[in-house]
Amino acid sequence: MDILGAEEWQALGLSLRVAFWATLWSLPVALFTAYALSRWRFPGRGLLNVAVHLPLVLPPVVTGYLLLLSFGRNGMLGGFLEDTFGLVFAFRWTGAALAAAVMGFPLMVRAIWLSLDAVDRRLEEASGTLGAPPWRVFLTVTLPLALPGVVAGALLAFAKAMGEFGATITFVSNIPGETRTLASAIYTFLQVPGGEGAVAVLVGVSIAVSALALVGAEALSRAVARRIGMAE
Amino acid sequence: MSLSVDIGHGFGGFSLEAAFEAPEGVTALFGRSGAGKTTLVNAVAGLLRPECGRIVLGERVLFDSAAGVCLRPHERRIGYVFQEGRLFPHMSVARNLSYPARVSGRKVDPAETARVVEMLGIGPLMERRPGALSGGEKQRVALGRALLSAPEMLLMDEPLAALDAERKGEILPYIERLRDEMRLPILYVSHALDEVARLATTVVLLADGRVVKAGSAEALFADPDLAPRFGLREAGALLTGEVVMHHPDGLTELRVSGGVLYLPGIEAAPGTRLRIRIEAQDVILSRDRPEGLSALNILPAVVEAVKHGEGPGVIVQLRIGADLVLARLTRRSAEALELAPGRACHAIVKSVAVARGDIGRV
Repeated sequence: MDILGAEEWQALGLSLRVAFWATLWSLPVALFTAYALSRWRFPGRGLLNVAVHLPLVLPPVVTGYLLLLSFGRNGMLGGFLEDTFGLVFAFRWTGAALAAAVMGFPLMVRAIWLSLDAVDRRLEEASGTLGAPPWRVFLTVTLPLALPGVVAGALLAFAKAMGEFGATITFVSNIPGETRTLASAIYTFLQVPGGEGAVAVLVGVSIAVSALALVGAEALSRAVARRIGMAE
Repeated sequence: MSLSVDIGHGFGGFSLEAAFEAPEGVTALFGRSGAGKTTLVNAVAGLLRPECGRIVLGERVLFDSAAGVCLRPHERRIGYVFQEGRLFPHMSVARNLSYPARVSGRKVDPAETARVVEMLGIGPLMERRPGALSGGEKQRVALGRALLSAPEMLLMDEPLAALDAERKGEILPYIERLRDEMRLPILYVSHALDEVARLATTVVLLADGRVVKAGSAEALFADPDLAPRFGLREAGALLTGEVVMHHPDGLTELRVSGGVLYLPGIEAAPGTRLRIRIEAQDVILSRDRPEGLSALNILPAVVEAVKHGEGPGVIVQLRIGADLVLARLTRRSAEALELAPGRACHAIVKSVAVARGDIGRV
């Protein structure tokens, strides 16, 4: 395709990579968090609930700034991760993935939480009486029955990650080839004279990718529901 | 193997304090809704942790509050058949049946599966999803799934309550077969007297969280003091007899200890032992052997006890041969016949009085 220049391809590729890894890494954490919120009553549950939802309501700039504070090279977590694992987030694409993951997290947790709540607990009890230890109950009954919600949550978070801008640019800046995602690229081209053409193309790409993710989420969710026999 | 339960539990103003033994065969937990039946079975299954007490199955302690033992459901090896079946909607019938083996790391035993599938007649359903099964089919699959979890006992919580009379009739023979073929204790919760009369070896009568009485089904059903608990209209003793022959006019001759009964055709080969329930209100008493009466079943009887209630009726316990039978009549009739323990009389039972659903195999 000639409409997309090297820079545009780079931004699209980076966005896809960032969104993919953000979704993949946050999925297990979101599953665990949603399960805890859905099934367990523990001290601090209210606090966890608030913390999970915070990125949804905070200005993204604030979230980005907080990420910078904690995961920057001088931040507490950032310093620790660099010293122990050699893992650097600040001004790297990994940081963009982290920001995208954090921003998409509430959406993912909410979708999974709702679907876990909808799983018939009596089926889990039945599974236990048939000899399944709790982790098997989760893998064979809870997870399969909640799968449509898990899939929907993951794709929603993916779409959100594709479009993340505020927290990303605050945390990892806007470095071509490293942290310049689709959204950052659109913003950059808007700043330079004569960039309207590139903006139009990128906006089109952005809309297409988001729409595809949403349609995909819907279709996949439905296919899964049919497979597990919940749709009849 | 037998189950021994002695537990106490309280919740929301309701307290349960119950102790009983469930030997091999069917032990029916009978009582009105709210008597604590489901709480008891859930405690046995491990789905509910009682406040105190002890539950022992054979040699295994499942729960002991004093020793701090409380096995989790998957460690108890107790099959549970729920009222609503609770089949897994995302698995075929075959996958539902192999589920217990898969999740507990045992090998699926094809011979055992085949035997259970054959016994329950669910072979043609194997590839279907639970959503495509009728209520009766679902319950049979649920029964099969519980059996294939290699249980040391079975719990059934009103497994037939959600079914109509026809479906009930379809499943009851399977449960009878189960009772006779698998030598397991079966704890069967029900508030339907006909099911209990048909299946139970032992009955535990529950009311308001307490065991009113527990004992053999025959003894409890023939106890005039308990008749009000079973419901005066439905109360009636159990008689066991052997099919002698089928008469060409459609009647089946059944030999009981005190004589023979003629009942509307029963589909059972001569020699089969059957248990029937004769409702107290279907028994008429006469001091002398009546002549020219349309009723076919006239058996000599001796009055064992007369129980007066608050109303105008009395319940009379009769001995007919080796069996005990109840009769419900008015106090006026009882006085006119001068019924008292030791008095000889004749019990008259109308042939058509025995309902088909009340006939169980022994």
